[in-house]
Amino acid sequence: MAAWFTRSGNIAHHVKRNMGSFLRPAPTLSDSSWSRSPACLGNSPALLWAGRLESTRAQKLVDSDSENDAPLRDDDQAIDFPGGRVMLTSEMQFIPGYPQQRVHCYHLMNNDGQTNMCSSFEQVSKEVAVKMYSDMITLQIMDTIFYEAQRQGRISFYLTSVGEEAINIASAAALSPDDIVMAQYREPGVLLWRGFTLQEFANQCFGNKADCGKGRQMPIHYGSKKLNYFTVSSPLATQLPQAVGAAYSLKMDNKDACVVAYFGDGSTSEGDFHASLNFAAVMEAPVIFLCRNNGWAISTPTSEQFRSDGIVVKGPAYGIQSIRVDGNDALAVHNAVRAARQMAIHEQRPILVEALTYRVGHHSTSDDSTKYRPVDEVKHWEMGQNPVNRFRKWVERNGWWSEEDESQLRSSIRKQLLQAIQVAEKMEKPPLADLFSDVYDVPPSILFEQEQQLRETIKRHPQDYPSDVPV
Amino acid sequence: MAATGTMRRSFGSLAFSISKRAFSTSPSPVDANGLKSMNLFSAINHALQIALESDPRAYVFGEDVSFGGVFRCTTGLADRFGKGRVFNTPLCEQGIVGFGIGLAAMGNRAIAEIQFADYIYPAFDQIVNEAAKFRYRSGNQFNCGGLTIRAPYGAVGHGGHYHSQSPESFFCHVPGIKVVIPRSPKQAKGLLLSCIRDPNPIVFFEPKWLYRLAVEEVPEHDYMLPLSEAEVIRQGTDITLVGWGAQLAVMEQACIDAEKEGISCELIDLRTLLPWDKETVEASVRKTGRLLVSHEAPVTGGFGAEISASMVERCFLRLEAPVARVCGLDTPFPLVFEPFYMPTKNKILDAIKSTVNY
Ligand SMILES: Cc1ncc(C[n+]2csc(CCOP(=O)(O)OP(=O)(O)O)c2C)c(N)n1
Ligand SMILES: [Mg+2]
Repeated sequence: MAAWFTRSGNIAHHVKRNMGSFLRPAPTLSDSSWSRSPACLGNSPALLWAGRLESTRAQKLVDSDSENDAPLRDDDQAIDFPGGRVMLTSEMQFIPGYPQQRVHCYHLMNNDGQTNMCSSFEQVSKEVAVKMYSDMITLQIMDTIFYEAQRQGRISFYLTSVGEEAINIASAAALSPDDIVMAQYREPGVLLWRGFTLQEFANQCFGNKADCGKGRQMPIHYGSKKLNYFTVSSPLATQLPQAVGAAYSLKMDNKDACVVAYFGDGSTSEGDFHASLNFAAVMEAPVIFLCRNNGWAISTPTSEQFRSDGIVVKGPAYGIQSIRVDGNDALAVHNAVRAARQMAIHEQRPILVEALTYRVGHHSTSDDSTKYRPVDEVKHWEMGQNPVNRFRKWVERNGWWSEEDESQLRSSIRKQLLQAIQVAEKMEKPPLADLFSDVYDVPPSILFEQEQQLRETIKRHPQDYPSDVPV
Repeated sequence: MAATGTMRRSFGSLAFSISKRAFSTSPSPVDANGLKSMNLFSAINHALQIALESDPRAYVFGEDVSFGGVFRCTTGLADRFGKGRVFNTPLCEQGIVGFGIGLAAMGNRAIAEIQFADYIYPAFDQIVNEAAKFRYRSGNQFNCGGLTIRAPYGAVGHGGHYHSQSPESFFCHVPGIKVVIPRSPKQAKGLLLSCIRDPNPIVFFEPKWLYRLAVEEVPEHDYMLPLSEAEVIRQGTDITLVGWGAQLAVMEQACIDAEKEGISCELIDLRTLLPWDKETVEASVRKTGRLLVSHEAPVTGGFGAEISASMVERCFLRLEAPVARVCGLDTPFPLVFEPFYMPTKNKILDAIKSTVNY
């Protein structure tokens, strides 16, 4: 190392421009004011930092550099650097950008619903397992019926969670109702698990007067204060730094709860994702970042999204404990999220979970994925890796579910859903006053004025306005 | 977000037809004058093709651009020009614009797509602090004039908060960039080519409601339409109407109806909002003595305010009525209330009448 110092003569070349900056109290190791003439520490801003630089070895190293002494032995060379001791090495080695072996994926159950005898994991009770399975089926049927309703022009937009039922439901099942959920949009199953009714889902999609969001947002932008599920916002990754803020609040209030933030593989490219991981680590916030790596962001495959070994490896870069889990294995997801929650709350720290899965449906009703991905790939995941079938086999193996239960459940859910969308469709829209409320806590005078003007316009031109909005 | 909603908007006959047969994208034959019937997204596609063909240092990139883009504007370009010049970027708007600035600074034409204008905000810093000030802050040693940022903007019938916004006025507050918005396929092609070749960074907002709906005879060849030049698209004597983008179709309808009631309206397409053509607007207002501005964005702080203030400064004594603004409401863009939020034809018509009868 010292030899390298000598040879390179001046390692400070790339930090020179920082010299003399009073904004920077802690010069880096390679700052020239320190590495070349320690004597000047006394009258430079680096003094502020000197106390933290306790390594006499590093000091020696520097001395040896300036005096051209014989190089020190490699093995006893290290520097104390903010963050801990750093070993020195004369071997020039770049850390590989991609590991020789990809990070392993936590997995408990094979496609036949069999679990490995040797693996120890937290058992799921019959009651919970049956609810998990029922909710997965409910989610599937809801997706089918709402998707169809969009195709028929009855709702303006829809987006399914097909293929990601296990992540939705199993993660939700591992949480407590006090945990705050910040979703992206492909996580309606979490709300379902928490008790959002089929009628409430339908009301939001139809934007009627019973919609908690007052008809203001596009379908699937659900939210429920009582279920601790923050209202979905379309701009991607924006919920992630917010999740850290919310988690910090839980921390300061000593709550036995955490925040769970869901997001897709595509969203991890946004700056907000990186900001949130870093904030969470530094603030020691009890937040679980749960990435649904489903291979696609609309038409963009993950190979064009990032070149790391997925998402999981980004956690440690920010100082966050992380795990990769088979997202189509409901037991594995359940166990991983449950453990993550324990750690997040008891150790007061963030956890990153990367769940490997696949977006089996089109991105949304505005998308036709046959334009950019092979149907075979979809089939492979839909048939070969189906998370719902897999879990069903496991539940059946336990003797907790029968063919009869299945058909009863399906027909009952179908009926409830058809009923729900009928009711939602017939119900009138929110009143016109809701166009102006909630912009602020109380409307400013300009909105009163605009509302009056609008009402006069409607009187003059009633034919311009939909009749299902009460004026 | 394809335009599949109920069409509550009424369309005029400007220079183009807004066909209800919408979704036809099959190319129609070129006629003897080298004109081809095209919708707006095809016209954009055409302009991009010409830009890539005529300049080997032109690049097209953004989210989902490779397969043709969510609005099909980049269809076929990656196949034709290769993945090195037409490509998907990671999902990061600040990255897209920052990357574009760097690419442009090295003497390339960087044509960046932001998937929706509603998602341009993460790139606001790169646009406002970087692109706009690059030339100025470097004493003209550097610039990123080769940068053009395309983004679909505006209402579409069912877009709610985040697929409907018209954020143009934010950018009109930024010296150093240009802001351009076309009203039709023919305009879009000519203006986009000018933007791509203009030596200044430009934000080009495309009216997404018209992508499929607006069909027009568009010249096949390479042509450019001037920036910072407004166009009088309808002559009149009683009142001047100023607008841009999709709103012009609505305004034109109002002009037609006003004419039936004996009011002669002059309609101006501003086309470039920054730096804008005050002279053309002023000349018109001096002639008519009245002014109405209309845009979809919320009225408060909208670009209509700037036009209004400038005309009051320039022709105060000539004005016979207060300047009228018929714009979006001061609320977020709502889903079910969209028809109420919009500056409709009848709102404009009422304002024309009350201004003329002031
Ligand atoms: C800031 C922002 N940019 C772009 C979009 C448009 N958009 C909506 S979803 C999407 C892809 C998201 O992919 P991913 O995060 O992987 O989630 P998935 O849809 O696969 O669940 C894009 C680009 C957006 N909503 N917000
Ligand atoms: Mg994805």
